[in-house]
Amino acid sequence: MTQDLVLPLSLLILLIPLLSFLINIFFGNKLGRISGVVGTTILGIDLGLAIAVAFTKLSSFGEIHVIQNRFEWFSLGSQKIIVGIGIDNIAAIMLIVVTLISFLVHLFSTVYMEGDRRYPKFYAYLGLFTFSMLGIVIANNFLFMYVFWELVGISSYLLIGFWYEKNSASNAGKKAFITNRIGDLGFFIGIMILFFTYGSFMFEDVFAGISSGVMPFSNPTMLTVAGICIFMGAMGKSAQFPLHVWLPDAMEGPTPVSALIHAATMVAAGVYLVAKVFAMFTADALTFIAVIGTITAFISATIALTQVDFKKVLAYSTVSQLGFMIMSLGVGGYTNGFFHLVTHAWFKAALFLAAGSVIHAMHHAMHHMHDHHTDPQDINNMGGLRKTMPWTYRTFLFVTLALSGIPLTSGFLSKDGILAGTMAYANLTGGWHWIIPILAFTAAGMTAFYMFRLTIVAFHGEHKTEIAKHTKENKLPIVLPLVILAFMSLWIFYSPNPIDASKGWFHRMIVQPKSAVPAAYQWSFLLTEEAAPAVHQTGEAAGSTEVKAENPHEVTAAGHTTGHYLNKFQEETHHFHYLAMLLSLLIAGSGIALAFAIYQYKVISADKLETRFKFLHTFSLNKWYFDELYQSTVIAGTLVVSKSLSWFDNYVVDGLVNLSSYVTRGFGYVVGIFDNYVIDGAVNLAANFTGFCGSKLRKLQTGQIQSYVVFVLLGILILLYFFI
Amino acid sequence: MEIGLTHYLVISAILFSLGLYGIITRKHAIMVLMGLELVLNAANINFIAFARYGGMNIEGHIAAIFVIILAAAEAAIALAIVLNIYQNFRHVNVDEVDNLKG
Repeated sequence: MTQDLVLPLSLLILLIPLLSFLINIFFGNKLGRISGVVGTTILGIDLGLAIAVAFTKLSSFGEIHVIQNRFEWFSLGSQKIIVGIGIDNIAAIMLIVVTLISFLVHLFSTVYMEGDRRYPKFYAYLGLFTFSMLGIVIANNFLFMYVFWELVGISSYLLIGFWYEKNSASNAGKKAFITNRIGDLGFFIGIMILFFTYGSFMFEDVFAGISSGVMPFSNPTMLTVAGICIFMGAMGKSAQFPLHVWLPDAMEGPTPVSALIHAATMVAAGVYLVAKVFAMFTADALTFIAVIGTITAFISATIALTQVDFKKVLAYSTVSQLGFMIMSLGVGGYTNGFFHLVTHAWFKAALFLAAGSVIHAMHHAMHHMHDHHTDPQDINNMGGLRKTMPWTYRTFLFVTLALSGIPLTSGFLSKDGILAGTMAYANLTGGWHWIIPILAFTAAGMTAFYMFRLTIVAFHGEHKTEIAKHTKENKLPIVLPLVILAFMSLWIFYSPNPIDASKGWFHRMIVQPKSAVPAAYQWSFLLTEEAAPAVHQTGEAAGSTEVKAENPHEVTAAGHTTGHYLNKFQEETHHFHYLAMLLSLLIAGSGIALAFAIYQYKVISADKLETRFKFLHTFSLNKWYFDELYQSTVIAGTLVVSKSLSWFDNYVVDGLVNLSSYVTRGFGYVVGIFDNYVIDGAVNLAANFTGFCGSKLRKLQTGQIQSYVVFVLLGILILLYFFI
Repeated sequence: MEIGLTHYLVISAILFSLGLYGIITRKHAIMVLMGLELVLNAANINFIAFARYGGMNIEGHIAAIFVIILAAAEAAIALAIVLNIYQNFRHVNVDEVDNLKG
């Protein structure tokens, strides 16, 4: 395949899922059960194309940063709107991630959604979502990014509220949509600041503008503001604190949807966006991003500790892992952040599909026993599923190990890289920044703990209910995706060395882009080091050293030669690699050991712990009271404002209106007397005459608006005849 | 063949006629409104076409955007009216809503 073919094929990959949407939305009712087969086949073709394109880009043109085109969409006055599509290395990898998971979810749903009365519509929505997500992936400008950003928002809304007969589902859909709108508003403002300043939506134009030293409103702070505004979009989509509240509620949607949208792809769009525009973030914006990511990772990990709903645990775990990715990007660990996005996509999709498999089996068992009241998602109703659902258990256990960060899994490689990155960052910046690695390690330990708590309570031990005893392993279309996704979580796909990914193809292909921000506003350790002075002119190298020396964020000696490392940060990350690995293994291991001690061998009583730390337990169980907080501040505030406005309307505005009506009535009464006797006499005469004419002409007034239109049309035609 | 002003005007005329046809013949109020939208869009095409070929420049675009805004406002009000019609008559057939008949 040549370079010229990459873009047309990418466009084809984008449009094929749209075809699935169109077929299923218009002919779904006729297709019935076949619509699932149609959707799955179409996605299979799409997956093949995506693999071909991604391999071509990575193997043949890996060195070319981005293959892209640009064309003028339209122009307003003298302002041309340039758009285009582009494939860089992260987009190539995302193409495979999105299409493969989408394909497996399509396959999974053929059994999972069997018998649902809106079955074809489900496939239509899945097609729409895949189309929009691929649009985000191949966009190379803010405009397309924003358009597809909103499209994934609407397909997410449709799929969360897919069972809209349930009140909680339709409410969850609304909550997701509105919370996302808050983030998107910031995103939009950010885009407008950049467009106003640089006159283009294209990423490359904006970066070129920034690196040439042009600042929004001639103020470097505004560049930070623009960066944070863009990041707000990511906060909404990737469920970052304080906009994370929608994602756990989004679990009301069908479980395959949770796997596709709310675990693997759409929620990763925020991370992808930050990675795409990484070059435009200033040091301050990156600090903000790192702090938000850390808070999210920590808070949601604590909440996941106590949840009893199978999917809620996984949901908070997703939020926590997204926090890890955002944190990694924020501290400058570009490659590891994106790496974690990819590895997390596989194993979190596997976890959710396994959850779907369990829930499906529980449902069947309940149906079999004519039980319609037990909650099939409560882990306290499960237990012992290891015996009844061996394949689900094996894959679930393996991907749990991946999520906990145990060697030989992909999750170990990426999480280890992130943790080393946070330590490198804290060491380079010092001071309060050490909180970031401390919270990150704590969250990593809690991850191992809550995942094994989930595994042990749901799968190990004795059957806790009769339902659990009657569960059966599901059919092949449900088990196969699990096995494939678990297989993809092996280390070997990313690096031949199971404990160090930095020599693998992934780290070679995904290289941190050169920061466009002028050196004075960027961390010195993130600046790409110039090659040896012998290659470049010495005068230039000396000049750049001077600029770096003025950098307010300077913490290390500038001009330090780093050999083969891209910058100081990567060198430092490498130094911390083994320390971080040891620490993370130790922490994850003790988390797992603790989970086994409490839930498997019951050495420590869970109930005693619960009563001992009553306050912490309730706090975590109630999700830090975020919903209550928003209920009592934002929502209650809106209600108070609207109530006071309604009071103003009822008493002040209406009062004025009523007063004027009383005055008018009094006046009218006086005038009325004059009217009745003097004027009416004269008028009655005219009225009688008019009435007579009217009674003749009223036949014309049919009252049907369409006949009036015909009269008007006739009139116009007659006028045209006379005047032209 | 070069696509010129005439083509746009012909498309616009066809769209206008279709819209007018829809307004006159449809019974369902929503359908009538959709016809109306077609007519508005026909006007939009004219504006844009004249902006491109007739030397109107950006004024044509601005006028088209005004028409779009007007159409949005019109849709909002008209749909509210349709809802009210439905509440009063329990149907939205325009040819049966003839209380203004003389």
